[in-house]
Amino acid sequence: MSTTKIVFGIYADDDDLLNGVHAFNEKGIAINEVYTPFPVHGLDKALGLRKTRISDAAFMYAVYGLCIGVTVTWYTMNHDWAQNIGGKPSFDWGHNMPAFVVPMFELMVFCAAHMMSLTFLIRNKMYPGCPPQNPDPRTTDDKFMMEFVTDNVDAVKQILIDTGVEEITVKDA
Amino acid sequence: MSGHYEAPIREPLIIGHKTYHDISEDIARPIEERAGKLWWVSFWIALTLFLYGFGCIAYTIGTGIGAWGLNRTNNWGWDITNFVWWVGIGHAGTLISAVLLLFRQRWRMSVNRSAEAMTIFAVVQAAIFPVIHMGRVWVGYWVFPLPNQFGSLWTNFNSPLLWDVFAISTYFSVSTVFWFMGLIPDFAMIRDRAKTPWTKRIYTFLAFGWGGKAKHWQRFEELSLVLAGLATPLVFSVHTTVSFDFATSVIKGWHSTIYPPYFVAGAVFSGFAMVQTLLLVARKVCHLEDYITMYHIEIMNIVIIITGGMVTVAYGTEYFIGWYSGSRYEDFTYLSPGAATGPYWWAFWALITCNLIVPALFWFKRVRTNIMATFIIALIINIGMWFERFDIIVINISRDYLPSSWTMFKPTIIDVGVFLGTIGFFGVLFLLYARTFPVIAQAELKTILKISGETYKTKEEEDEHH
Repeated sequence: MSTTKIVFGIYADDDDLLNGVHAFNEKGIAINEVYTPFPVHGLDKALGLRKTRISDAAFMYAVYGLCIGVTVTWYTMNHDWAQNIGGKPSFDWGHNMPAFVVPMFELMVFCAAHMMSLTFLIRNKMYPGCPPQNPDPRTTDDKFMMEFVTDNVDAVKQILIDTGVEEITVKDA
Repeated sequence: MSGHYEAPIREPLIIGHKTYHDISEDIARPIEERAGKLWWVSFWIALTLFLYGFGCIAYTIGTGIGAWGLNRTNNWGWDITNFVWWVGIGHAGTLISAVLLLFRQRWRMSVNRSAEAMTIFAVVQAAIFPVIHMGRVWVGYWVFPLPNQFGSLWTNFNSPLLWDVFAISTYFSVSTVFWFMGLIPDFAMIRDRAKTPWTKRIYTFLAFGWGGKAKHWQRFEELSLVLAGLATPLVFSVHTTVSFDFATSVIKGWHSTIYPPYFVAGAVFSGFAMVQTLLLVARKVCHLEDYITMYHIEIMNIVIIITGGMVTVAYGTEYFIGWYSGSRYEDFTYLSPGAATGPYWWAFWALITCNLIVPALFWFKRVRTNIMATFIIALIINIGMWFERFDIIVINISRDYLPSSWTMFKPTIIDVGVFLGTIGFFGVLFLLYARTFPVIAQAELKTILKISGETYKTKEEEDEHH
């Protein structure tokens, strides 16, 4: 029989949780996951999470949107069916471009915002109707939860108790 | 101590010695409890207005734009007035959510959710007017550059009207996405405390499985920041683009370089007035006095003073230029001696009274910290900003270049009905929102409880005394 267990420790306060994370870091015990009702300042650094790259992705989406804007305005206004509208330049995109700034900008923002949000959902494995990803419903209200997958249950429990945990649950992995 | 430090001299943003759980309780209460009598009365009034307006829209579509009071001189009237008015109202929400997020203004957390709901619902009302003004609404999709069988006839990207299509639709969809993404953790909170199976099912669907994992929060904060960065230029671009509808035309009084900044300032001015109008009621009905405090009300009134000041400067400039140009045509722009003394003098003075004179009362601290006074002045500003758009459009074009075609604009009952209908529709949406959505961004608010809650502030003060 496997000795690996899942340990859940529930804290009532975000400061206690942060102290707990630091204590586990000192002992070199890996924390599997932390669930909190709100973004706790400094938690990502304490857990050693790498910087998210979704803002880099957003920049690429913005460039993509801008390219669509350039292509659509050039194709419709200068290439496919150029018309003389009020004497404005219509045979050269470069000269006509100031009139296209607004739609190009809007397409850029449109693509960046929507595609970044989609990336956020996909990376988090979230979708409409997805079952809750938090093991305890109280973690969206006022409780802060640490999750461990460990063979050394006693050591984890001891540090949790030392750092002021409120409740400990142990389950088979 | 988590979070950033806040100077003790600042007033607490959450009063009443709250815990994290209290915040969840307070925000979930309006959703979990049955609606009160006041809600039902407001809802039926709004629904009746909406249905009446819907009938007027159906009549307009069936009969044609001739059902309105437009004529050959006044070929734009109430519809565009209402469109610009609603778009303007839709400016405060994203300004509060996005611009104030970038400036790290914490007071925005209690009001951003409802302000943004108001923005989205206002833009929906705004969009109704250009769509029905097209006449044949069933070919409304022609405004988009779609390949077609007309050989191929593309939309005109040189036209400010097409810029408007892009600006408004992007503003609407990006604001909605920004709003919805922020709602996800709060829907999860409602989901996790839902008692009835149906409530559980609905909020499970809306919460997208959110569990508050550390990595997810990290991405969430990055997403909020970047969306705020993207939405900020949008706030300024939307009304700038709306102003281009006028400013890039060759109509006297409209062809004015002052329009873009002046329209944006006016939009924020009217947007904040509408936020005050709605939130003062919502705070009472939903018992949110501990979260939307006098400090919040006062600071929004200060924004109204500032944007009102910008609008005043713009009015003064327009009036001066109208006179100084020496052009007989400029003497009947919306802010000119001709407008002040001509047949539309009442509309001119309504604008001056509601937008310049009455809001100046906010310079007095006693007025801007008085709830009833704030409510009344905010309502007056809403009326004043409607008149501003009416004056820009109707006063200006009622006297065009040819004196023989000078004529007045008289709205029909259908014009009035469509406008009232949009107010009803807006009311229906906002009332439904207030009953089913978490009206305050509770997850965000919990982050400042320890730095700006009354318990912490009081403790800090006591520590200083000892």
